[in-house]
Amino acid sequence: MDFLTLRGIHHTYFTKTSAVTALNDISLDVQEGEFVSFLGPSGCGKTTLLSIIAGLLDPTYGQVKLEGKSVKEAADKTGYMLQQDYLFPWKTIEENILLGLKVSKTLDDTKKKEVLSLLRQMGLENVESLYPKQLSGGMRQRVALVRTLATEPKLLMLDEPFSALDYQTKLKLEDLVSNTFKTFGKTAILVTHDIGEAIAMSDRIFLFSPSPGRLHKTFTIPEELRNLTPFNARNHSLYNELFKKIWKELESIEPEEN
Amino acid sequence: MNPKKTELLHQQYLKGLSRERKIVRLYQLLIFIAFFASWETSSQQKWIDPLLFSSPSKIWNLLIEKTMDGSLAVHIGVTLAETVLGFILGTLVGTVLAALLWWSPMLSKILDPYLVVLNSMPKVALGPILIVALGTNLSSIVAMGAIISVIITTIVVYTAFKEVDPNYLKVLQTFGATRTQSFREAILPASFPTIISTLKVNVGLSWVGVIVGEFLVSARGLGYMIIYGFQVFNFTLVFLSLFVIAVFATVMYQLVELLEKKLIKNNQ
Ligand SMILES: Nc1ncnc2c1ncn2[C@@H]1O[C@H](COP(=O)(O)OP(=O)(O)OP(=O)(O)O)[C@@H](O)[C@H]1O
Ligand SMILES: [Mg+2]
Repeated sequence: MDFLTLRGIHHTYFTKTSAVTALNDISLDVQEGEFVSFLGPSGCGKTTLLSIIAGLLDPTYGQVKLEGKSVKEAADKTGYMLQQDYLFPWKTIEENILLGLKVSKTLDDTKKKEVLSLLRQMGLENVESLYPKQLSGGMRQRVALVRTLATEPKLLMLDEPFSALDYQTKLKLEDLVSNTFKTFGKTAILVTHDIGEAIAMSDRIFLFSPSPGRLHKTFTIPEELRNLTPFNARNHSLYNELFKKIWKELESIEPEEN
Repeated sequence: MNPKKTELLHQQYLKGLSRERKIVRLYQLLIFIAFFASWETSSQQKWIDPLLFSSPSKIWNLLIEKTMDGSLAVHIGVTLAETVLGFILGTLVGTVLAALLWWSPMLSKILDPYLVVLNSMPKVALGPILIVALGTNLSSIVAMGAIISVIITTIVVYTAFKEVDPNYLKVLQTFGATRTQSFREAILPASFPTIISTLKVNVGLSWVGVIVGEFLVSARGLGYMIIYGFQVFNFTLVFLSLFVIAVFATVMYQLVELLEKKLIKNNQ
């Protein structure tokens, strides 16, 4: 059975003056343990689709099922990291990462220890009692990741988690995230603008085209690249080949630009 | 640059700062002394009517006298209790009302025009009605102190609640938070700075409400002292009350600032 299934997802945003169709007839499946990317130009509905999968938004039509259940019922199985870190500035790092457990009333001493040790695994030492504004962008992004992982979701959704970071930090975090997810056997959906990032991190790439957002093409990443860390994958010859292929495809769907 | 030089420059910078502070203090003191000295002399020399404008020395003597016979303490105690009660009540009820409006967007839409009308109304004009309804006692004066700040608190705090970045709520929603949890974890703490600044405004408003209330009914309190002094043409008494009010209102304001520093610890 498929882990996550989307059938005929269609979404229109209504405002007083307009009706914007953000998504048109999206159907796709994701297997358990798979890492997939949503790639596409700005405004093609990637964030909208994630919000629908996370159960934050009801699609105008269509169905999302996680392990056969509607995503509203399976809310405790999904974790969603928003486009910016949105750490609560009035809470310490410790309070921030324990927020999910506190809200779901499953916070106890063992859980707390686990989450704090996860923070250390992410390379963040002695930051528990600091406030978010005392950390750098890359550190905050890692804290946000720990906060999302803390409730042990089976499906993780990351909305452009690295887009605001400098190149070096981004490469390091890609390896860290990829490693962490592989060890914990998580299923993940990554939203990105960056072709290279999508290739380096995923098992499959869903390419979306804009206005209205449609699923344009699916790329399966070859075994050789999948087994490499994102950093090493970027240096493989297959990477460049695939990059060019996806680049061409992206050009073909947005000819009006340039 | 070598560290010694940096150290020296830092020293100079600090010296500059403390010199500036001293100059400011000096001028503040000079203004204070000049004001009271010229008041005292012009009153003694009869340049101004001493009956109307009294003089610092007379006020001082009256302060000593009223402190000795204990009557001042009673008046201060009464007014302070009324003001603090009115202040707390106004802020608390206003914040609770704001929470209700946030809770039910429908209710807030329905009540919107009423809030606008109530807000533009001069609340002290309700004084006589309050007195009739609650009686000529402490409760009607406390009500005056509260009613003057409650509507504006509701409006300002509700606006702050609404302006909290919806993405914080989204984060909580992904964890399956209820509306109560969202309120406690995000809405309320994110609005603390606004609530504190309404507290500062409410300190002033409660004093207005209470003093007007005492003008109308009371037989005790600083507002009563003013009205009584006015009626028997004892303006020394009026001035004494004014100074006492100024001192206590300032102290209350400082306490709110202290609270602010405690609550908004991550905001420096
Ligand atoms: N709340 C909203 N109300 C109305 N229209 C919206 C709303 N949110 C998004 N849209 C519209 O829906 C479309 C898709 O938006 P979405 O945010 O999903 O795109 P995206 O692919 O995530 O873009 P980006 O890569 O820039 O983040 C856009 O045309 C956008 O203007
Ligand atoms: Mg987006």
